[in-house]
Amino acid sequence: MQPRKFEKLQEIINKHEGKVSHLIAILQEVQAEYRYLPEEVLTYVATAMGVSPATVYGVATFYAQFSLVPKGKYIIRVCDGTACHVRGAAPINFALRKELALPDQQQTTDDLQFTVETVSCLGACGLAPVVTINDQEVHGQMTPEGVLAVLAKLQAREQQPAEQA
Amino acid sequence: MQTGQVYIDGQAVPVGDAQNILEVVRKAGIELPTFCYHSELSVYGACRLCMVEVESMGLVASCSTPPADGMIIHTNTRRTRRLRRMILELLLANHDRECPTCAKNTGCKLQKLARQYGVNTIRFGNRDEKLPIDASGSSIVKDPNKCILCGDCVRMCREVQGLGIWDFAHRGSKTQVTTAFGKDLADVACVNCGQCVAVCPTGALTVKSEIDRAWSAIHDPAKTVVVQIAPAVRVALGEEFGLAAGSAVTGKIVAALKKMGVDRVFDTLIAADLTTIEESMEFMSRMENGGKLPLFTSCCPGWIKYCEQMHGELLENLSSCRSPQQMFGSLVKKHYAKKIGKTSGEVVCISVMPCTAKKFEAQRPEFTTDGVYDVDIVLTTVELAQMIKEAGLVFDDLEPAGFDNPLGMGSGGALIFGASGGVMESVVRFVSGYLGGPEVGRVDYHPARGIEGIKEAAVTVKDKTLKVAVVNGLANAENLLQRIKNGEADYHLVEVMACPGGCVGGGGQPDANDTAARVQRLKSIYRLDAVEQVHKAQDNVYVNKIINEWLQGPGSHAAHHDLHTGYVHRRRITGKPMEITGDAGNGQVDVSVCIGTGCYLRGSYEVLTRFTDLVRVCGLEGYVRLNGTFCLEHCDQGVSVRVNDEIITGVTPENAEEVFRNKIAVRCGTTVQV
Repeated sequence: MQPRKFEKLQEIINKHEGKVSHLIAILQEVQAEYRYLPEEVLTYVATAMGVSPATVYGVATFYAQFSLVPKGKYIIRVCDGTACHVRGAAPINFALRKELALPDQQQTTDDLQFTVETVSCLGACGLAPVVTINDQEVHGQMTPEGVLAVLAKLQAREQQPAEQA
Repeated sequence: MQTGQVYIDGQAVPVGDAQNILEVVRKAGIELPTFCYHSELSVYGACRLCMVEVESMGLVASCSTPPADGMIIHTNTRRTRRLRRMILELLLANHDRECPTCAKNTGCKLQKLARQYGVNTIRFGNRDEKLPIDASGSSIVKDPNKCILCGDCVRMCREVQGLGIWDFAHRGSKTQVTTAFGKDLADVACVNCGQCVAVCPTGALTVKSEIDRAWSAIHDPAKTVVVQIAPAVRVALGEEFGLAAGSAVTGKIVAALKKMGVDRVFDTLIAADLTTIEESMEFMSRMENGGKLPLFTSCCPGWIKYCEQMHGELLENLSSCRSPQQMFGSLVKKHYAKKIGKTSGEVVCISVMPCTAKKFEAQRPEFTTDGVYDVDIVLTTVELAQMIKEAGLVFDDLEPAGFDNPLGMGSGGALIFGASGGVMESVVRFVSGYLGGPEVGRVDYHPARGIEGIKEAAVTVKDKTLKVAVVNGLANAENLLQRIKNGEADYHLVEVMACPGGCVGGGGQPDANDTAARVQRLKSIYRLDAVEQVHKAQDNVYVNKIINEWLQGPGSHAAHHDLHTGYVHRRRITGKPMEITGDAGNGQVDVSVCIGTGCYLRGSYEVLTRFTDLVRVCGLEGYVRLNGTFCLEHCDQGVSVRVNDEIITGVTPENAEEVFRNKIAVRCGTTVQV
């Protein structure tokens, strides 16, 4: 955790006047700062807002958008909505997980580089099956081979600065 | 009061003050099934078992639908029957059906309703995933595989106890009722009151059993087993044997224990009388010498842990008296053992309590004599009933027996400790007698009595008017504490019991442990008190004997050592500290600023921000590692800061810079300009 983030945390709570009805918004902003919701940060949020830590934990685990474990630098989302599913989302997901050697239940690589998630619909069914990277790049009409090529590009991008150094 | 009536299965029923259809239906003599409905708690509407058909509305959950004039309600139709059975089947499919070996077997509401609604087969597959059981706590065991997600425990803990230890986490088929971050129950702020166990319809939350340990002590010929029985047990245990709530069965319990092979059966009442005397003397001394007031009672271990966790600044207001259970244990291990020529290790003290938190209290490290616990085993009312069943004793046929001496007698004032307001009334009786002399007869103090959550009164003893309050339920206690803190209320003496109704409603009492049963137990306690000739603590000759012969007279050093205790600040939740600055290099100084609730409210956030700025301004980034930590357990002394191993208290945003300069910067082994 970098310095100054803690001050941001209290700023976020203050901005929402510590209102319990703003808990989801507060958690969203906190996650934007930390990239995930560390346990001690949630305990702090509960303390500052005067609610039970179990309640904050309950809200944080209810929504798929919140993560209590650190996520990778690249978040790869494989759409598994109906259209993507019937056009072959599962083999894409499988290929990615195999290439990254992700065991069952684990979404993020141990080096914190990649997180692979499925989503229920990205609203781009015409491009099915769809894969997004960090919600920025959208890759449509994907195949297992195609997604591995996208992954290889990301991996190469990561290795470049190291080679330069 | 609403006017009008509804038609339930063709019968006209007046609505009256009913809040929902369910209440009206029950008034009409029809028992709708429910899991998540408790009149003491908020309406949740989750289990859907109470569905009824209302004409022109269709199927509605009767617990969360208000009645309207002229409603035509059908409670038993083809659809409602089919749905109820389906709901039960779905719950059972998701439930660990190890019924014969479950602690809740025959007392389980799911089991009962499955039978009642004729669920003979389950069409759905079973859940194959087994979740781990949490038995980390001293009192309560959680088996998530038996949880039906009715949320009763969640609402009980939040609404009645104000703690919110339990909540729903995750979603859909993965939903669980769990603690914060899924931590062990021993690592969170649970006070072990057991009210969640009292409302749990299944075996998901049960009391941690000490039955086997009790049997091995009883069967061990080298041990002398001494039992004490709390007041609230004797008006509730009969319910486990089919007697009406509140049946007084004192003599039968004593007889059963003797038949089971216990060496001596004593009464916690004698220790309760001692508590009354010690606490009254402490109270009068505080009144005279300007000690800390209000004085809070200390008999309830749930309240004590709550206070230690949440109100560190009030620890000096807590009476230093040990609870009756621990006074008794101390007397047994320090004096009685010697009297019968045994060591404290050769005597096993078993206490029978209506309470689950007493199990935690007995294991507090301060309550030991020569390295052994003063109270070795704590059984709840239900556990003792279970042992009586295991022993094959026919409870109905037991001839009542009397307690043994010299620790078997108590006054009516001690008996009423089992009811909310009892400790207060007993103190009022003692003080009235103490100041008024022998001509003061019976003192019945009605304002302290009853099931109400908060009772306030003023009592005049001689020329003094004492303002007193009696509170039960920790949410009510918190409410009262806030009023005291804000100056809206002011008392001399406050009795706090964690459970609604006091000990009669403890987490270790038999099912159904609801308001109706608790009221009956309260009435029974006061009936027993009304016919008890020994009325006040000081009228108990055995107590006077013990004080003079064992404790070297009233107010002696021995009495203080054996009967009093101290309290500790206790953190609410375990966990890692929050890193504020990253790892420092060599020669680093570890600085932790407490951001637990007590310190947070006193401005620890500003202190932490000041420190962060100072680290930067002084260029100490490589030297100081700054953390935010949850509780350094010095909650009463202002914001606490730990610098390496030293704890500095009373830090304020104003003196933060000075503290930083004198305590932190100087340790960095480098010259800095501040």
